[in-house]
Amino acid sequence: MIWALAAAVFAIVAAGVYLALARDLLRCVIGVSLIGSAANLVMFAAGRVGVAAPPVIAAGETVLVDAANPLTQALVLTAIVIGFALTCFSLVLVLALSSRAGIADSERLRLAEPPPGADGKPVEDEAR
Amino acid sequence: MAGVLVATPLLVPLATALVALLAAEHPRLQRALSLAGAFALLACALALLVAVEASGTARVAFGDWPAPFGIEFAADRLGAGMALITALMGAATLVFQLSDADPAPPSPTLLPLVHFLLAGVGGAFVTADLFNLYVWFEVMLIAALGLLAHGASARQLDATLKYFVLNVLGTMLLLMSIAYLYGITGHLNFTALESAAQAIDPLRLLPFVAALAAAFLIKAGAFPLYAWLPASYHTLPAPLAALFAALLTKVGVYAVLRLLGDLFTVSPPALYEALGWIAVATMLLGVLGAAWHWDIRRILAFHIISQIGYMLLGIALASRDGNAGAIFYILHHIIVKANLFLIAAIVFRLAGSYDLRRTGGLYRLRPWLGVLFLVPALSLVGLPPLSGFWAKLIVLREAMLQDQWLWAAAALLVGFLTLYSMMKIWFEAFWKRHPDPDWQPPAQVRLAPAYAATVALAALTVAIGLWPEPLVQFAQQAAASLERVP
Repeated sequence: MIWALAAAVFAIVAAGVYLALARDLLRCVIGVSLIGSAANLVMFAAGRVGVAAPPVIAAGETVLVDAANPLTQALVLTAIVIGFALTCFSLVLVLALSSRAGIADSERLRLAEPPPGADGKPVEDEAR
Repeated sequence: MAGVLVATPLLVPLATALVALLAAEHPRLQRALSLAGAFALLACALALLVAVEASGTARVAFGDWPAPFGIEFAADRLGAGMALITALMGAATLVFQLSDADPAPPSPTLLPLVHFLLAGVGGAFVTADLFNLYVWFEVMLIAALGLLAHGASARQLDATLKYFVLNVLGTMLLLMSIAYLYGITGHLNFTALESAAQAIDPLRLLPFVAALAAAFLIKAGAFPLYAWLPASYHTLPAPLAALFAALLTKVGVYAVLRLLGDLFTVSPPALYEALGWIAVATMLLGVLGAAWHWDIRRILAFHIISQIGYMLLGIALASRDGNAGAIFYILHHIIVKANLFLIAAIVFRLAGSYDLRRTGGLYRLRPWLGVLFLVPALSLVGLPPLSGFWAKLIVLREAMLQDQWLWAAAALLVGFLTLYSMMKIWFEAFWKRHPDPDWQPPAQVRLAPAYAATVALAALTVAIGLWPEPLVQFAQQAAASLERVP
């Protein structure tokens, strides 16, 4: 089970990095949120997987034996919620940016950082 | 009593943010509440530092869960000192916001977001739980994104996107490494992690500690992933730029210090060696990036990166004096860097541009403003008798004592190049004539709050420079309390 998860994390991170490196903004943010999902899976796997026993510490014991650790599952819930909010924000951001700038190509989006002028010096910023 | 105080660096700004949101329809009331909240935070942080100085590290775990099961908040000297400087920056920038010098455009959500940001920063400084630290990084990130996108011009959204992608990748790496470390040690609580790490082979921990350090380094704006910082900071209105410049990267540095100087001091020396070279590269590339630019804000943004290198160098030296140097450097640099951004906004208001090619003549108009600028600028360079001199002295002395001559030489060279950038600003904005012969400074400007904030911060810089002993002692005690008590 843990190896299946490891393979899944590997595949998702690979796909996420591939997408995040794309010049298209939408692909980029989807790639980033895929990597977030992989991080959640790692967190999930850190608490032992593959057992369905309820996480109850038996009388007289002090540690949890033979059950998945519920703490990491709680942590994953937190991480999922945060990741979801960030994904929503990034999608709105990409929409707003591409509609204002008229392009969605990260290579050509140099609004905040204009490329150097013809003489190699920084161009004078017209915005301010 | 101390228990409640520990949580105030996050509870007070959170409460202020919520109250300010409720008062969103009454701008004047909202502004008054937000200022009151900022000064309440300052008072609480001061009380916390006094309590910690008097009786050592203060701890609280909500719900009274015993350690290591509860989510613990703890303030040692380092945490309390950082919380105080955070509160100070919050108050200074909110006062500055009242002036006419490039303030953030008013909006019902602006001040609540600023306080959410302060809550994230404060929470990161007083938490004693690794996952909780991740949560505060996320709070900071989302509040920062909200503030960056606040103006909603295409330029600002472009900057927001660049800030977003690299920072979120850092956060993902942070979350993954925390998961691995929890898988290995079974703990998230700082104290428990520290003792668990003693029993584990350092080489087994190394990849995950290194990954976590790398995540913090992205947040700190260190080489090689610092491009998000100079791509975004200059699109912010002045008070926000000052707040970001003062606090956000320093939370990353603080986290690196906590990780490598406190929790996992068992890490192999190669990790510190690598951090040292990263620090040198950060310093050099930051200062060289600044040399090319002509926009004051871009120059200052690149100098944040270069100064982060000095702090990391202190941590990389992995000794009590090295850590003390890093702590002193962080505290001094927060004050100086915020002040430079704020004074740049006054220059912008009076001379009409942030671009040095279109400014000038300010020394004739406002000689005292020229002096006011020189205080933080020369302190950034590290000239005596200003605070930066002592910060650099402690770090450099320790580097030389450890025979790291190359690192020390790089640090000195970067200091020299910093002087070049600061003099460039001074000559171009103050000394030379204004390029527009018909230029007239604006007649009606409200700069009193701006001067109040900047003069107060400059006075602090001078005070630390003339009487460094208390702060040096504090930094050394803070570094000593990071060490493990057997």
